[in-house]
Amino acid sequence: METLGLLSFSPPGWGATLLAGLWNSLLIAVGAFGLGLILGTLGAWGKLHGGPITRDLLSMYTTIVRAVPELILILILYFGVTDLVNQILIAFGHERVQISGVAAGITVLGIVQGAYATEVLRGALLAVPQGQVEAAKAMGMPPLLMARRIIFPCMLGLAMPGLANLWLIATKDTALLAVVGFSELTFATRQAASTTKAFFTFFMAAGAIYLIVTLLSGWAFARIERWARRGEPRNAGG
Amino acid sequence: MRGWLQPHRIVLILIGLALVWLCVTQMRWDWLPKYAPMMAEGLWRTIWLLVLSSIFGMALAIPLGLAQAAGPWFLATPARIFCTVIRGTPLLLQIWLLYYGLGSLFPQFPWIRESDLWPILRQAWPYALLALTLSFAGYEGEVMRGAFRSVPRGQLEAARAMGMPRHLILWRIWLPQALRAVLPTLGGETVLQMKATPLVATITVVEIYAVASRVRQDTFIIYEPLLLLALAYLALAGLIVLAFRWFENRGPVRHRPG
Repeated sequence: METLGLLSFSPPGWGATLLAGLWNSLLIAVGAFGLGLILGTLGAWGKLHGGPITRDLLSMYTTIVRAVPELILILILYFGVTDLVNQILIAFGHERVQISGVAAGITVLGIVQGAYATEVLRGALLAVPQGQVEAAKAMGMPPLLMARRIIFPCMLGLAMPGLANLWLIATKDTALLAVVGFSELTFATRQAASTTKAFFTFFMAAGAIYLIVTLLSGWAFARIERWARRGEPRNAGG
Repeated sequence: MRGWLQPHRIVLILIGLALVWLCVTQMRWDWLPKYAPMMAEGLWRTIWLLVLSSIFGMALAIPLGLAQAAGPWFLATPARIFCTVIRGTPLLLQIWLLYYGLGSLFPQFPWIRESDLWPILRQAWPYALLALTLSFAGYEGEVMRGAFRSVPRGQLEAARAMGMPRHLILWRIWLPQALRAVLPTLGGETVLQMKATPLVATITVVEIYAVASRVRQDTFIIYEPLLLLALAYLALAGLIVLAFRWFENRGPVRHRPG
């Protein structure tokens, strides 16, 4: 049990390193989830209202991203995005830059999240009762106001379980960035573990941290869902 | 088929073919003959890791789901904790915990080192298989819990009224209906499991992802192996989806509304 001292915050302990890793993980998870929501909203809108070419391209995007392992997408996008940005910079006569791990991580995981979010939001949009939309149109509501007042509140409760799932995937997918050497929680844990040889202590501690994040966000999302469904009848449909 | 082949799709397909042709002619594929046998071996390893871990995981998931759906509390609580922990932590962390943790623990016991199992335990694949199996069991245990609950009560009551013993009810009535109900979900989950297999490359299991990484390190060619890899996983995912669709169509036809 003397290995527990290794988790303390002052220098012989690695607690501070782990917490810095957790901060990086959460930063990327939040950024990727947000980017995924933006891409997902655009994607869902395009899939429902876009032309035939938009729809086909979007279904290619969602199919490919959901069938190819995240690890490979991360590597392709990580090298690809860095290359592309540098080539553009060089074409405009600038210096080559090293893209920060956080920015690359958010972009890559955000694109992955976007594919899943497209499907979640599309399902929720389809489930909004058509009568509500027609009533709003009949009252002469402008489209943006209708989206804000009618469609968004209606679909929020329906989309919440799927979005909660996506957020959990986002937090766990940040661990994949450890493979490209970005210093998030799992990478920091492995560094600490292989330096001190206290593998069980550190991996268990990191597992506990991830579990706390998961349980807390599960609780938070359940509360948001209850709030979003506050206007609905208790036994809807059943 | 005719409804699918609209004019804009033909144009898209032509653009796609042009892109493929560009990739084939403009990119470097001269490494392929040298590494092709290794890639085939890696692909085979990926497939058997996927198949074995899915089968073993499912065998674990059925009792886990049953314990949560109908078991007494001293079985239901550990099953729920197991599923929560597996689903709440990244798979990469679980793999590393098993490989580095257990791998550093085992050599401390002389009786393990002297046992016949030691040559196997010194390799990486048992830990990879164990981690993938436990992960699949955790996710599917949760799925099976819902599936067991979804079987109509009347079916079980009828079986009990006919005097069927409990294990026969489970075997003939409860389990088949639960499995049929989750077959579409299981297809998606198996694709997710396939997407998790490249993680075992981080503990030196040489499956197809590890081979592609080695090509990258040996030849400094970045995109070509990754593109080939993405293609291989796309094909695997397609095969899994087709296999599950075949399974679904084999059983008694479900009458869906509409």
